[in-house]
Amino acid sequence: MEWLSSHKELVDGILAIVEASLLVGFVAGSAVFFIWLERKVAGRIQDRLGPTRVGGRFGWLQTIADGVKLLVKEDLIPADADQMLFRLGPYIAFCGAFAAFIALPFANGWVAKPLSIGVFFILAVMSTEVFGIILAGYGSGSKWALFGGIREAAQMVSYEVPMALCVLVPVIVAGSMDLNYVSNQQAGGIWNWYLFHDPFTFLAFWTYFTCATAQCKRAPFDLAEAESELVAGFHTEYSGLRWSFFFMGEYGAMFAVSGIAVLLFLGGWQTGIPFLPELSSWLASALGDPEQLYGRYWLGWVIGNSINVMVFVVKGWVLVFVQMWVRWTLPRLRIDQVMMTCLKYLLPISCALLMGVSLWQVAVYPWVRSYFSYVLCAVCVGLFAWMAVKVVTTPSHLPVSVTGATNLWHRGPIPPELAQKP
Amino acid sequence: MTLTDVLFYLLAATTGICALAVVVTQNIVRAAAWLLFTLGGVSGLFFLLGADFVGATQLLVYVGGTLVLVVFGVMLTAQGPFINMRISAAEWAIALSVGLILYGVLAASLVISKQLEPSAGQSVSGEMADSTVLGQSLLGQSQAAPAGYLAGIPASVSRERKKMSYLLPFEIVSVHLLVVLIGAAYLARAKRRRSAVVPASSPQRGDGRTNGQQLGVTV
Repeated sequence: MEWLSSHKELVDGILAIVEASLLVGFVAGSAVFFIWLERKVAGRIQDRLGPTRVGGRFGWLQTIADGVKLLVKEDLIPADADQMLFRLGPYIAFCGAFAAFIALPFANGWVAKPLSIGVFFILAVMSTEVFGIILAGYGSGSKWALFGGIREAAQMVSYEVPMALCVLVPVIVAGSMDLNYVSNQQAGGIWNWYLFHDPFTFLAFWTYFTCATAQCKRAPFDLAEAESELVAGFHTEYSGLRWSFFFMGEYGAMFAVSGIAVLLFLGGWQTGIPFLPELSSWLASALGDPEQLYGRYWLGWVIGNSINVMVFVVKGWVLVFVQMWVRWTLPRLRIDQVMMTCLKYLLPISCALLMGVSLWQVAVYPWVRSYFSYVLCAVCVGLFAWMAVKVVTTPSHLPVSVTGATNLWHRGPIPPELAQKP
Repeated sequence: MTLTDVLFYLLAATTGICALAVVVTQNIVRAAAWLLFTLGGVSGLFFLLGADFVGATQLLVYVGGTLVLVVFGVMLTAQGPFINMRISAAEWAIALSVGLILYGVLAASLVISKQLEPSAGQSVSGEMADSTVLGQSLLGQSQAAPAGYLAGIPASVSRERKKMSYLLPFEIVSVHLLVVLIGAAYLARAKRRRSAVVPASSPQRGDGRTNGQQLGVTV
């Protein structure tokens, strides 16, 4: 232990490298999962199956196949491209998205760098991602890319403003920008989540999610990379590994903004199960380990926080799934509609929400303030349960193929008893 | 040679070399890209000093706001002469001499101030006031006094800082900025032509606005 305290700098450095590697691994692993998920979700919404061949029935290894394809592609740089800027673009975009994970807590105290200005720092570093897009668009030496890059930069920069205002709404309720503290304030039952705290934070969640979807240049705000409009926008001339850097950055940014939404509005790593105090301390008392290394019941702490990490990651993945779901459902907005939505609708709405939440804290009857969250929580949970019941009990029709067969998992000729008449 | 020192030298070298590249490079768009790294390096230095809030604000305002605007302007208007700028030797001589003089003045003032008060060389790395204290200081409720040393104040003046609220100057500056923005938007508006009546579908009305919404002045 003396060696550790005397070589504090070395230990700090090694710890920083380990944490960075863990985060990069998490982002890359999530990206692998998201690419598969995107293709499956796209397929199902479009009434088809998505990848079914690589790695079993559900195409588990499709992403690996995609990765191999991207790695062996020819690294082509157009002759008219600005050599330095073309190469620089993907890395800036990826670093801007990845740096947000530095201040993102995955469990209580499990954050790479605990910052008192957590959410402000995340917004600041994610605003540097615009540069990767601009440099890629300009540096490609292609008109499609230039148009896409300019539109994209205008869109991302504009949507940062209502996004920051919506982020301020739960920060005002919590009183701190430290994401760890904000999540800890939402401990206890599901009604403690800031989503249900007052009508303004409720609306701020949906507004924030819309702005975050636009910030990540996801549909319906994806005109900059619209396949049918601009060939591929700012990444037209990118192929192979450089393109995959952009997309790792995009999926990383999607998870980062979903993570912020989860931490600020949906209780962070809290399970939301009522009558259960913080999971780690409960586990510590249940397991009954004697005080050890760090002066706390470390086994229960580790297991409890690991469960919290899984809860947080699953919540983040659910929000990313919602973003994908929205992408494949809604039609794309034109660029003037995108800017109009931001400047004429979302910005005034977020200003009004900011004023509203400030007034709610001071000018509303106390009994309204304390019971509102229970009522809203009951309404939302009831609505969700009703929708789930409807989804489960609605009879669905199997997709029918040209030959009239309904069991599409079979390879080869369909046995006659399974081929149903249309 | 602590980790702080190593990081400082790294960040300072990055900032300095990229700042030099801004001046030396012949392509103006690349100069904007080097400026990005320079401002990022400065932000890193702020983080190294423990001033998280200032570092994040530097990224948000300078990199995410000002530099994006600069790059937009540069990118969209970079015609032939600016893609490959040739700077004559006379310009180099003048620029170098001015730069060296400025560097000399700054270095000399730093050295002289250290010589005047030799006992006050404490390091300022470490934790600075967090955002709560900064916010309260804005309202004048507490005072976020930096741990560092205020150089250049005569010994007779008390170093006790009076409680002062910065809210009013902050609001005045914000209104000032709003006036500037409105003025810039007005100056940059598309002007209506005075010549023959232009049909509504003509490309001269290409700013997308409908008939009755142009601001007053016809040019």
